[in-house]
Amino acid sequence: MNTGDEMLATATHPEPLIRAIDVAAPAARDEASTTTSSIKIDTEHVSIMYGEKVAVRDVSLQVQARSILALIGPSGSGKSTFLRCFNRMNDLIPGASVQGAVHLEGENVMDSDVSVVELRRRVGMVFQRPNPFPMSIFENVAYGPRRRGMKDRRKLEELVETSLKRAALWDEVKDDLRHKSGLALSGGQQQRLCIARVLATDPEVILMDEPASALDPVSTLRIEELMRELRQAYTIVIVTHNMQQAARVSDVTAFFTMAEDRAGYLVEVGPTGRIFTRPTEHLTEDYISGRFG
Amino acid sequence: MAQISTTNRAAGLRATPSLAERIDLPQRVVFAAAASMIFIVVLLLAFIAWQGVQLFVKDGVPIGQILSPTWQPDSTSPDRNFGLLPFIAGTVFVTAIALVISTPLSVGLALFLSEVAPHWARAIVQPALEIFVGIPSVVWGWLGITILVPFLSSTFHDDLVLSLPIVGDVFRVPGFLTGFSWLAGSLILSIMILPTITSVSFDAFRAVPQELRTGSLALGTTRWQTIRHLLIPSALTGVLTAVVLGMTRAAGEALAVQMVIGNSPSLPAAITQPVTTLTSQITLDMGNTVFGEPWQDALWTMSLVLLIISITSVVLVRLLNKRRMAS
Amino acid sequence: MTATASQAIGRPNGPKPSLRRGSSRGSILADRAATAVLWGTGVFVLLLLGSIIVHFALAAWGVVSPSFVLSDPSDSVLGGVLPVLWNSIYMLALTMLIAVPIGILGGIYMAEYAGDNALTSAIRFAEEAISSVPSIVVGLFGLILFVDEFHWGFTALGGALALTLFNLPLMTRLSEQALRAVPQEERTASLALGATKWQTIRHIIVPLAIPGLITGVILTAGRVFGEAAVLLFTSGIGTPPHYDFSNLDLTNPASPWSPFRPATTLSVYIYKLQSEGLGIYRNQIIDGAAAILISMVLIFNLGARFLGRVLTRRLTAA
Repeated sequence: MNTGDEMLATATHPEPLIRAIDVAAPAARDEASTTTSSIKIDTEHVSIMYGEKVAVRDVSLQVQARSILALIGPSGSGKSTFLRCFNRMNDLIPGASVQGAVHLEGENVMDSDVSVVELRRRVGMVFQRPNPFPMSIFENVAYGPRRRGMKDRRKLEELVETSLKRAALWDEVKDDLRHKSGLALSGGQQQRLCIARVLATDPEVILMDEPASALDPVSTLRIEELMRELRQAYTIVIVTHNMQQAARVSDVTAFFTMAEDRAGYLVEVGPTGRIFTRPTEHLTEDYISGRFG
Repeated sequence: MAQISTTNRAAGLRATPSLAERIDLPQRVVFAAAASMIFIVVLLLAFIAWQGVQLFVKDGVPIGQILSPTWQPDSTSPDRNFGLLPFIAGTVFVTAIALVISTPLSVGLALFLSEVAPHWARAIVQPALEIFVGIPSVVWGWLGITILVPFLSSTFHDDLVLSLPIVGDVFRVPGFLTGFSWLAGSLILSIMILPTITSVSFDAFRAVPQELRTGSLALGTTRWQTIRHLLIPSALTGVLTAVVLGMTRAAGEALAVQMVIGNSPSLPAAITQPVTTLTSQITLDMGNTVFGEPWQDALWTMSLVLLIISITSVVLVRLLNKRRMAS
Repeated sequence: MTATASQAIGRPNGPKPSLRRGSSRGSILADRAATAVLWGTGVFVLLLLGSIIVHFALAAWGVVSPSFVLSDPSDSVLGGVLPVLWNSIYMLALTMLIAVPIGILGGIYMAEYAGDNALTSAIRFAEEAISSVPSIVVGLFGLILFVDEFHWGFTALGGALALTLFNLPLMTRLSEQALRAVPQEERTASLALGATKWQTIRHIIVPLAIPGLITGVILTAGRVFGEAAVLLFTSGIGTPPHYDFSNLDLTNPASPWSPFRPATTLSVYIYKLQSEGLGIYRNQIIDGAAAILISMVLIFNLGARFLGRVLTRRLTAA
C-alpha cells in the first residue's frame, strides 16, 4: 500500500492523520533518541553579523531528525536570527553575513552553488504573525506546488486536502476552499493555513518563529498539539519566548542569551527534561527560574 | 503670593463664546477655498455642456450625424456634414496604441523601482521621472517633429509586407509618407504618460505588505515568481487605476499630439498614416472659426465629448478604488 | 520506523535531491531574465531623459545667448524671446498670487476641518474631476467665460484665472499632504494648552508644514510655467510688441506690468512658431526657446527638492 492510499484511507477518520502512523511514544522526550534518528541539521561555529555588529556568535549545535528543538532565551539573544540561517532567509537582509557551516543532511547550505529556492522548499518557515496571501484558501495552499510546476488539477486538489488535514484545518474550511479568502479566517486559522501552505511544499524541516505569540491561548494550544503531531514526520525547530511552551512541546531545548557586547550566543543545549530540571549552566538556571529575561 | 491669572475665574467653565468665536471666520474662509472647487466643476460642466449641445439645439443638426465618418463643416459646401467619427476614432486609436506601448514599460519601471532597484539606483531614477513630468507638451511635440517624424519617414519609407508563396500578400502596412502619423502620436503620448502610470503603479506595489513577499520567498520561490504570482495579482486594481489615469491623460493631450499626427480628418487607415483626434482638431480650428457658427459649435460638441470621457474615467477610477478597499 | 512515516506527501522513495540540482533551474533562469529586463527599463528611462537634455543643450548651443534672451523677436533675423519670456514669468507670478493662497487655505480645510461626510466627498470628487479635464477644455472654458462672456478679450488675467482653476486641485492636494504630515502630537499639545483650533493651525501647524508647502508651491509653479493649451485661448497667441518696462500704469494695456492685456508666453510662442512661423532661423529660435523652457523646469524641479531638504533640516534641527 503506497502512501497515497494510506492517506486516503485514514482521511475518513475525523482525527488528525499522523496519529495513526505514530510509532515513537511521546514519553521518550526526556532522553533524546539518538539511536534510531539521524542528525538532520548540523551547525558548526555559525556567527551572523549585521554589518559590523555581531548578532550571533559561534553557535554549534545539532538537530535530530523528527524531533522538536526549542530555542529559548531573552529578547535580542539572536534566536530568530539563528533560526533564519537554516533556510538562508538572512540573505534577504541587506548587510547580513553568515560565517560557519550549516549542514542539511551533510550538505552545507551556505555553499555558493546551493539553490536557495530548493533549500527553502525543503526547509519551510512559519512566521510570528500569520501572513496568508490575498487569495482563496485553496490558492494559498496550492501556491508553493504551483510554482514548482505542478499543474495537474487532481494532484493539486489532493495535495491541498492532505496539507490542510495535516494542519488540522480541513474540517473548518473544506466547504469554502475556493470562495473564502485566506484573510477572512481567524488568527489561529490563518496560522494553521500558513502551516498547511508550508506542508504543501513537502518539506523535511519546519522552522517556526514564535508561531503562537500573536494568537489567543486556545489557538496556541491547538498549534502546540499540531506541532506534536507534525514531529512524527518532520523535523521542527521553534523559537519561543514562552518557557512553558518549550517545556510542553520540545524534545531538545537550546538556551541563548545576550553577551555584554550584545551578541547572542548559545549557553546550553540538551534534552528538554534535563534542561528544565537539572541545567548545567547557572545562567540557564537563572533564566528558567525567572531571575532574569 | 498672588496667583498668576489670565482668565476671569468668576466666569467659570461655561463662559459664553464671543462673537468672533460664534462666526468662526477662519473656518468659513478655508471652507470657501476648498468648496470653490465644487463651484468650478459645476461651472465648467455647465458651460461646456451648454455650448456643446448648441449644435443640436440651435443649429438643428441631428444627434446621430456626429457618428458619421464625414467631416465637412464648410458652409459653402453642399455636402455639409458634422461627422465626428474620424476624431473620436482617432482619439481612441491613438490612445489605445499609446497604452499598449507605455503600459509594459511603465509597469516594468514601477516594478524595478519597487522590487529590484538598490537604493542608489532609485535615487537617480525617481528625480529623472519627476523631470520627465515637468517637460511641457510643446517641447515633446517639437521633439516629435524634429526627431521622431523624420526618423520614421526615412527609416520606414517602404511598405511593410508579409507575403506567402502561394497566397500572396497576407499583410501589408503602407510605409510612412511624411512621418506624421498615428504611430508618431502614440509614441510621443506613450512617453508622456509613462510617469503617470509608473508612479501610480509604484504606489500600488508599495502598498503590498512586506510580510507577503517574505512568506512567498520562504516557500521556495524566486523573486520573479513572487512578483508575477503574488505581487501583481495583489496590486492589480492599483495598476488598472494607473492605466486608466494614463489613458485619461493621453486622450486629453492636445498640442504635442496635434504637432505630429498629420491632422487628416478622415478615419485612420493604417498606423503609418496621418490621423486626427478630438483635441488636435479643436486646437487647429478654434482660432479660425466664428463664435456662433455651426463649425465652431461642432468644436464645442467635441469638447463636450472630451469632458464626458474624462468624467467617466474619474468615476471608473473611483469604482476601482472601491473594489480595492473591499478586497 | 515505518517507511510511510518517513515519507511526506508525494515524495518518492530513494535519495533526496541535492540542493545543487533541482527542478528550480528554469525558474531561476526566468528570474535572472526578468531582473535584467526590469533593470533595462530603468536604464532606458535614464538614457532617454539624458539624450533629450543633451539634444536640447546641443541644439541651443549657438542660439541661446544674453542677446537672445534679452531682445525682441523683431530685432533681428534670429529674433529674441524677451517679451514672451517676460510673459511666462509674469503669468507664473500672477497665477501663483491667486492660486497659492486659495490652495493653501483649501488644503487647511481638507486637512484640519473636513469631516467624513458627503460634502467632503463632493470636494474630493471635484478635485479629481478638474484634474482629469483636458487642459485644452479648461482653456476653452476660459474662452467662453473670460474672453467672451466677460468681454475681456485675450488677457493675462484671464489666462491666470484659467490656470488657477486648472492647478487648484494640485495646489490644494499638495498643501493638504504637507499639513497632514505634521505629527498629531503637535495639535494635541497645543489644544491641551487651551489654544483654539485656528490658533493651533496658524501658530503651530502651518509653520511646521512650511517645507512641504513650499515644495508644493514650487512643483505647481513648474507645471504652470510650461503650460500652453490653457493659455492658447485665454491669453492669446499673437507676437508681442516691444515692451516698455518703464510704463508702470497697471490699467494701461500697453504696459507689460498690466494684467489687462494679451500675454503670449514662451510655450505658446513655440507652438505658434512651429505652426505658422517662417524664416530660415525658425527652427533655431524654437530650439533656443525650448532649451530655456527645459532649463526652467529643471531649476524648478531640482530647486524644490533641494529647498525642501534644506528647510526640513533647518526647521527640525532648530
